[in-house]
Amino acid sequence: MTKRTVQFKIYRYDPDKDEKPYMQDISVELEPSDKKLLDALVRLRAKDDSMSFRRSCREGVCGSDAMNINGKNGLACLTDIDSLQQPVTLRPLPGLPVIRDLIVDMTQFFKQYHSIKPYLVNNDPPPERERLQTPEEREELNGLYECILCACCSTSCPSFWWNPDKFVGPAGLLAAYRFLADTRDQDTNARLDNLEDPYRLFRCHSIMNCVDVCPKGLNPTRAIGKIKDMMVRRAI
Amino acid sequence: MNVAKRTFDAVIVGAGGAGLRAALQLSEAGLKTAVLTKVFPTRSHTVAAQGGVAASLGNSTEDNWHWHMYDTVKGSDWLGDQDAIEFMCKKANEVVIELEHYGMPFDRTDNGKIYQRPFGGHSMNYGQAPVMRSCAAADRTGHAMLHALYQRNVRANTQFFVEWMALDLIRNADGDVLGVTAMEMETGEISIFHSKATIFATGGAGRIYYSSTNAFINTGDGVGMAARAGIPLEDMEFWQFHPTGVAGAGVLITEGVRGEGGILRNASGERFMERYAPNLKDLASRDVVSRSMVTEINEGRGCGPDKDHVLLDITHLSPETIMKRLPGIREIAIQFAGVDPIKAPIPVVPTCHYQMGGIPTNYKGQVVVPKDGNPNAPVQGFYAAGECACASVHGANRLGTNSLLDLLVFGKSAGETVVEDFKAGNLSLKPLPADAADASLARIARLDSQTSGESVFDVGLEMRRTMQKHAGVFRFDALLREGVTKMAAVAERAKHTEIKDKSKVWNVARMEALELDNLIEVARATIVSAEARKESRGAHVRDDAPDTAENPNGRDDKNWLKHTLWYSEGNRLDYKPVNLKPLSDDVEPIALAKRTY
Repeated sequence: MTKRTVQFKIYRYDPDKDEKPYMQDISVELEPSDKKLLDALVRLRAKDDSMSFRRSCREGVCGSDAMNINGKNGLACLTDIDSLQQPVTLRPLPGLPVIRDLIVDMTQFFKQYHSIKPYLVNNDPPPERERLQTPEEREELNGLYECILCACCSTSCPSFWWNPDKFVGPAGLLAAYRFLADTRDQDTNARLDNLEDPYRLFRCHSIMNCVDVCPKGLNPTRAIGKIKDMMVRRAI
Repeated sequence: MNVAKRTFDAVIVGAGGAGLRAALQLSEAGLKTAVLTKVFPTRSHTVAAQGGVAASLGNSTEDNWHWHMYDTVKGSDWLGDQDAIEFMCKKANEVVIELEHYGMPFDRTDNGKIYQRPFGGHSMNYGQAPVMRSCAAADRTGHAMLHALYQRNVRANTQFFVEWMALDLIRNADGDVLGVTAMEMETGEISIFHSKATIFATGGAGRIYYSSTNAFINTGDGVGMAARAGIPLEDMEFWQFHPTGVAGAGVLITEGVRGEGGILRNASGERFMERYAPNLKDLASRDVVSRSMVTEINEGRGCGPDKDHVLLDITHLSPETIMKRLPGIREIAIQFAGVDPIKAPIPVVPTCHYQMGGIPTNYKGQVVVPKDGNPNAPVQGFYAAGECACASVHGANRLGTNSLLDLLVFGKSAGETVVEDFKAGNLSLKPLPADAADASLARIARLDSQTSGESVFDVGLEMRRTMQKHAGVFRFDALLREGVTKMAAVAERAKHTEIKDKSKVWNVARMEALELDNLIEVARATIVSAEARKESRGAHVRDDAPDTAENPNGRDDKNWLKHTLWYSEGNRLDYKPVNLKPLSDDVEPIALAKRTY
């Protein structure tokens, strides 16, 4: 494979020196082994060490390097660089305050995650051994527990953009359903009460951007639908 | 520079599995605790663990902690301390069941219990046959565990300082530990975290090698901080090369793949592990499998146009099994190897994975150093757990699934010890020395003022290449000696790194420069300790220490059945005895024997 050059257009903003954000045109020459967008960004950093973004596992499980890539949210480490149209336009995740360059302030995102009480509630005295769960009951958690909290979904959701303080957002609601669906959890009513509100759950209008962008292939819209079903069943 | 001071009962550095498990003990006991972490907790590298956590629950095959202890001692090539190993194996069921109660979504057996799979080096009845001991949540066990532990900490109202990077350990003239200095990434400001107890849970440093399964953040921060503060590092010559990293990319493919029936094949399609480990075959211990693979490649039986890898084959497993038990692996293989393992085997190569050595601790999580004739004198106020610590349960080679167990058992144990010491009134807030933050401020000031010098990227690359070439799967006397000299030169260059980015705000360049300081300590410790150890043991195998009747597998128990202690100052080496005596009378010491699988 020959060396190839990639053209970028990257959102830059350093509050320490820039009055306002700007888009920087920059290119980088890749080594044959560079396959993912993250590889290219690491290569870019060797050239310009002020280029700031979060990264860690580089294999799509830690959720650090979410960004807006050619208009669509995704993880840099799971995006094939050769699949992208050039110039590759990179922006921070939309809708959250920018700290610097591609690094956003995720406080609001995590606040919503925390608001759904993301932990198992079971008030029975813990047994000596594991609480039993059939393989079928356990399968109900598939597609839910795998969330990596990268925020690709919530920051692609117009409802979250307009009401980040009131709407829990797809990631938080996926987590809420993860506990509602767990046969070991005893807090169903309180969890539903917590979401019974014009904004927290019901601002979801099934636009499904979340499903479209989830790098783990999860489906928050379906989880939200199931919570809505539980609300309805509880009412009748 | 203005340095803020914050005061806590306890400070935990790191929010991976060990840090979060320790934090739970402290938060639930009501201690005022700060958890510092340079990444949001669920981004810690525990998240990448795949195959499972060991516990002799016996849910699918008969099992007990005695067998687990035997396997672990044997896996360690007898370098592990048998008191700590007994403690860990005995506690395994308790900590895994606790995790299940916290909500961890383990896979289930048909009768509703935690699903367990076979794993390398784990056996029933003292090496007779594979045992199902690895408790798994598909092939995402670390992810499920880390999230469950974080969630439990949310419930316990643990106070996190997210995206704060710890810089240096603070000690007083007596050597007591008084806390750390740390930098807030968002503002670049330095604070002193003054505490009665400090727990390091900073993880490993696999990024000293060129080819590594480790995350970018695995830069040995705690290990480097401890070394700079005069704490010796134990057994740093022992690094685990995981047999199955994706060739070229380095991304981990769990041993659970072989636990589910995967087979390693060479260029002619031969299941070569049958020749090297007739009994456990592909499920032999990791060091054994990695060396067998490298031998196959070195002898011309590697695969691909460059004959530089072997193949991990699961095409004989049903697609249902792969989708159910190994869904994450399938994603990784498609993403990083370009193959769907349902249809084609995965190209793999041994890849740096885990640091067996670290900050010396006892089974209670106390950091211990030689003092006044006692090789294991606790350092007042200092504790460590997880990969950054050396308890030592992994000795010269860790068994798969014992790392997640290590961080649960010793994270909890370190937390419990702090709580006990706190309640007994053994911990106090000692006065800070006037120069408590000076070392950190000087490091920052140097980076701020340096206007010409070495690139962090280039020095880091040189370090990784040096370590890869000079301290790899097989080690050679001449290469090791050359490596010591080369690493000394790299370390010198690292003192003159220059960053162009001088911003205060989320300065990644500064973070990487500071991380490089820590990596350099780890790399120096590794190469110096490795050069000095003139035997083959576990993951440390030398060309000049061959298999003889007197020294089986090249292991020289007469001269080298001892732990290395490396001191950063002057590259000084010291040694201390291995504890061959278990903790209790429940079990006899596991007697020295030749390791075969």
